[in-house]
Amino acid sequence: MKNFESLFAAWMVVWAVFFVYEVTVARRMARLREDIERLKQQLREG
Amino acid sequence: MKARLALVLAVAALIFFAGYAALFIAPDEKTMHAIQRIFYFHVPSAISAFIAFFIVFIANAAFLVTRKPQWDWLGVAGAEVGVACCTVVLITGPIWARPVWGIWWTWDARLTSTFILWLLYITYLLLRGLLEDPQRRATLSAIFGIFAFLDVPLVYLSNRLWRTQHPQPVILGGENSGLAPGMGKVLLICWIAVVCVMILLVVDRYCLERLRHDYEELRFEVESRSAAAQSIGKER
Repeated sequence: MKNFESLFAAWMVVWAVFFVYEVTVARRMARLREDIERLKQQLREG
Repeated sequence: MKARLALVLAVAALIFFAGYAALFIAPDEKTMHAIQRIFYFHVPSAISAFIAFFIVFIANAAFLVTRKPQWDWLGVAGAEVGVACCTVVLITGPIWARPVWGIWWTWDARLTSTFILWLLYITYLLLRGLLEDPQRRATLSAIFGIFAFLDVPLVYLSNRLWRTQHPQPVILGGENSGLAPGMGKVLLICWIAVVCVMILLVVDRYCLERLRHDYEELRFEVESRSAAAQSIGKER
């Protein structure tokens, strides 16, 4: 299949961009959840 | 949580099927052959970017009217996901162009206006990072977001209004435009798959912004209590 490498590269780019973006969102969420828990702990301890 | 997992798996299955349809079911294009199959993810990503930026436009206008922070959260969610979709368009386009046109990039009206669109929403996101006060940040970025959306119809019309290296529209184009029936069906499947991914990402990004709001409120409460405790200590 001619130009298969380019087709494969484009295909990988599409899902890599979406996947990496989703991973960054998930990581930011996890970090925020940790920070929220830490603040709640501070409030409980007064 | 189970419902979300089921949804993610359903979208993953749809992506897999869309990929299979684009690579093996769609008919071969007579002049470009295999490389033309980039079309099945390039075009849906562009349409998804337009939808995401339209969400930003609606959310920003709604924020300016209602002043509810939820609209601001939706605006930033749409902008980030729109930038991701636009990035896909700007990378897959040159990969397709190189073997077909012999060049990676040219500054024609369609390509330039798409690049400007990407830059505008990057600026929108950078602007938000520069402003500390939430109300000021939401108001200024809402105004900027509405202004940035003006480029979307320009991108859409660019290859209709001007002669461009980018091909003339095959969907909603002139009399001699259109797709072979097999291509149209595969494009529809791929478009649904990419839009589903886009919606999932917007929902996740919205949840992140809501979480950030909760964090800011809690931080304010902790800081207020600590300031109050310090002032009581000084009085004693």
